[in-house]
Amino acid sequence: MLNSKIPEGKLEDKWRNYQLQSKLINPANRKKLSVIVVGSGLSGAGAASTLAELGYDVQCFCYQDSARRAHSVAAQGGINAAKNYQHDGDSVYRMFYDTLKGGDFRSREANTYRLAELSAPLIDHYVQQGVPFAREYGGTLVNRSFGGVQVQRTFYARGQTGQQLLMAAYSQLYKMVKAKKVTMHARSEMMDLVLINGKAKGIIVRNLVTGQLERYAADAVVLATGGYSRVFRLSTLAIGCNGSAIWKAHKKGAYFAGPSFTQIHPTALPQSSEAQSKLTLMSESLRNDGRIWVPKAKSDERPANEIPEDERDYYLERRYPSFGNLAPRDIASRAAKERIDAGHGVGRLKNAVYLDFKHAIERLGLDTIKDRYGNLFKMYKKITGIDAYKQPMMISPAAHFSMGGLWVDYELMTSISGLYAVGECNYSDHGANRLGANSLLQASVDGYFILPNTINNYLADEMKVNQPDLNHEAFDKAEREVKSNIDKLLNINGSKTVDHFHRELGKIMWNECAMSRNEKGLKEAITQIQNIKEEFWNDVNVTGQGDEMNTELEKAYRLADFIELGILMCKDALQREESCGAHFREEYQTKDGEAVRVDDEYSYVSAWEYGEDKFKLHKEHLNFEFVNPTVRSYK
Amino acid sequence: MKITFKIWRQKNSDSKGTLKTYDVDGLTEDMSFLEALDHLNEQLVLKNEEVIAYEYDCREGICGQCGVFINGRAHGPHDHMTTCQLHMRSFKDGDTIVVEPWRAKSFPIIKDLIVDRSAFDRIIEEGAYISSKTGTAPESNAIPIPKAKADKAMDAAACIGCGACVATCKNSSAALFTSAKINHLNSLPQGKAEEHERVEAMTWQMKEEGFGSCTFTGACEVECPEAISITNIAEMNARKLKAKLLG
Repeated sequence: MLNSKIPEGKLEDKWRNYQLQSKLINPANRKKLSVIVVGSGLSGAGAASTLAELGYDVQCFCYQDSARRAHSVAAQGGINAAKNYQHDGDSVYRMFYDTLKGGDFRSREANTYRLAELSAPLIDHYVQQGVPFAREYGGTLVNRSFGGVQVQRTFYARGQTGQQLLMAAYSQLYKMVKAKKVTMHARSEMMDLVLINGKAKGIIVRNLVTGQLERYAADAVVLATGGYSRVFRLSTLAIGCNGSAIWKAHKKGAYFAGPSFTQIHPTALPQSSEAQSKLTLMSESLRNDGRIWVPKAKSDERPANEIPEDERDYYLERRYPSFGNLAPRDIASRAAKERIDAGHGVGRLKNAVYLDFKHAIERLGLDTIKDRYGNLFKMYKKITGIDAYKQPMMISPAAHFSMGGLWVDYELMTSISGLYAVGECNYSDHGANRLGANSLLQASVDGYFILPNTINNYLADEMKVNQPDLNHEAFDKAEREVKSNIDKLLNINGSKTVDHFHRELGKIMWNECAMSRNEKGLKEAITQIQNIKEEFWNDVNVTGQGDEMNTELEKAYRLADFIELGILMCKDALQREESCGAHFREEYQTKDGEAVRVDDEYSYVSAWEYGEDKFKLHKEHLNFEFVNPTVRSYK
Repeated sequence: MKITFKIWRQKNSDSKGTLKTYDVDGLTEDMSFLEALDHLNEQLVLKNEEVIAYEYDCREGICGQCGVFINGRAHGPHDHMTTCQLHMRSFKDGDTIVVEPWRAKSFPIIKDLIVDRSAFDRIIEEGAYISSKTGTAPESNAIPIPKAKADKAMDAAACIGCGACVATCKNSSAALFTSAKINHLNSLPQGKAEEHERVEAMTWQMKEEGFGSCTFTGACEVECPEAISITNIAEMNARKLKAKLLG
């Protein structure tokens, strides 16, 4: 049974009521309790450092060479907070409503409200940690707009907001390393979760330098492992991002919620060749001043600057006049796909649209545009060789954020006792579509503010339980299984590379389970992925050994999990016969191509239980007590 | 396009390394430099040879994990760029490209092109933070920070920790890295309380890790992907003097 543990009371009282009722642990006892945190991004580093400040003994793990590389670093545009500094009618309630609506009413009211409620103190927190947010000449903080919102509530540090927040989180983490309250394990990858008496009590880790398997035990385990959009292979994510930790937890009993809810970001750099490994994101903040268009004529070969105004189709402004270029991401991506599919795409592969700053430069001057977006223009030039101050950028939709993830209750605990999921790897606040600048927010709030106030409610009872023994048979068994899986991969000695299989999986996922889905395509995709799985385990070639640094092996075991996850994503998309947020089923649309949500039947969160042959669906019905779900319109 | 790569191969930190030659065909100008190495690795797998180990993660110039010497320059032929942002259009068909790991005593080689930069984390550990706990922050706008000051702090804070400054410096100095972090925090009102301890502890750790001294050649700022200015080092030295006198 899914118990979301939503506290009683009015929306604005729920979090306070929860804290009043939650069990506390006195400081002298906290140091006897230990917590494992897997991942060192905003949610992981935030949780690890704050839990350590509270007195718990923390072990933190990341696969990168340093905690500072976690992919939170790459978020560009900003972080939302209901400060109402711009005096434009913002409030916690408005932010809550925007987020709930942006997610197409597929998230819990109580969670989403808490996200908005904790946003303002979070900005104070980061300023105090030394984040150099953009400032007015008089010294106060600046805001800008992001998609799906009509107020200005986004705080930013140039186009490097994620980097600056991560540096703050990383430095606080190292403050606690220095205090000997956190032990940091870099170049360490979680390979499996260990359960003792049904509770999460440890992990098996592969030391990526020596290849040795290591065991770690604790009173609770926190996963903060980020998103899984590398299942599409080409995505805006870091190459190392993977879904393995949450997939292993899923196989051990943690329910996986909304797996097919993945966000396709409208403004990334287009794919230019088969060999491409990554699609670089261009921040959504560019849509504050940039205007998106395609030529009205199909297959127009003229350079952008030679196409006159009246032959350009500013399709977002045309279709969504009240939000224009700042329509939410799912809508902007689908609109781009519609134009590209209709033959209006630009660029060598005709797979892009223009993002044009000509009018903004005329209106605001070159210096202002440089001040706002200088580093993004520089990045664009480095990668494409094109000066976007002189001609429009070419952009294209790309796989980005996963709203789906491990199902968690109000306390951020998964369906396994003592296993928590924070940040992008959980399914909590964003529903079926995340608003821009809400991901840094959710990761931070989960890690700094929520988990440290909910984990005590569980750990208070764990005081009585003995520290798990590393020689417990559950550790033996988990380690044996990890080792046998690695040995199996190394001994297939087939004829194809890991990347070959990843490209094949990515193509299927992108064609059938991305911006637009239908029954026939999804059914075929499931069969095709099952074939890929079969072929992968019979014909992949993984060179090198297990007991050494082996980058090829790392790719292989991560891909093996992505293949299984891909099947679940397609099954989830197939089961949900409605269109909501990022999940657009072609069978459920209006005449003019807008999504048709089916609240009577699908107003629930899909939480899937793993089974060897079959996944079992559990439904968490969404009970809207305070808001009436409406048809989402940005017209 | 066709390229001859000469790449440093070294099994692990205990073994000796050597440059090995690989002729690679089928590359295109659109490919990034790392994608060209990916392509080479796929061919090695198909020949049952062990792949080349190199580092990367975000592949968009911000995480700082990539970084190799390319034809004798950190991050390749361009100024202010990471290895992952380098594209093959910067080379000509038939070129030979020599690829080596970062060269610095304080960054020992782990395997092939991968080095250990944990010395940077240990410098951070010594004071690159503001000691206030979660939940203790005052209202943000209560302490105004003029735009010019915030911008300057941001210029220094932009460091991605890639280590190109150290690798390119003839003294293997970490002065640019360390000074950028000190100046970021010490120039903000929130960082003032610990300013003297911070500069003392971080510069001490920098020496402890075996990094050399700065002799102001300016090589570092040319290779820095974020174009962090060498004036940061002068400012750090001034702060250090101030800390000695007043701290």
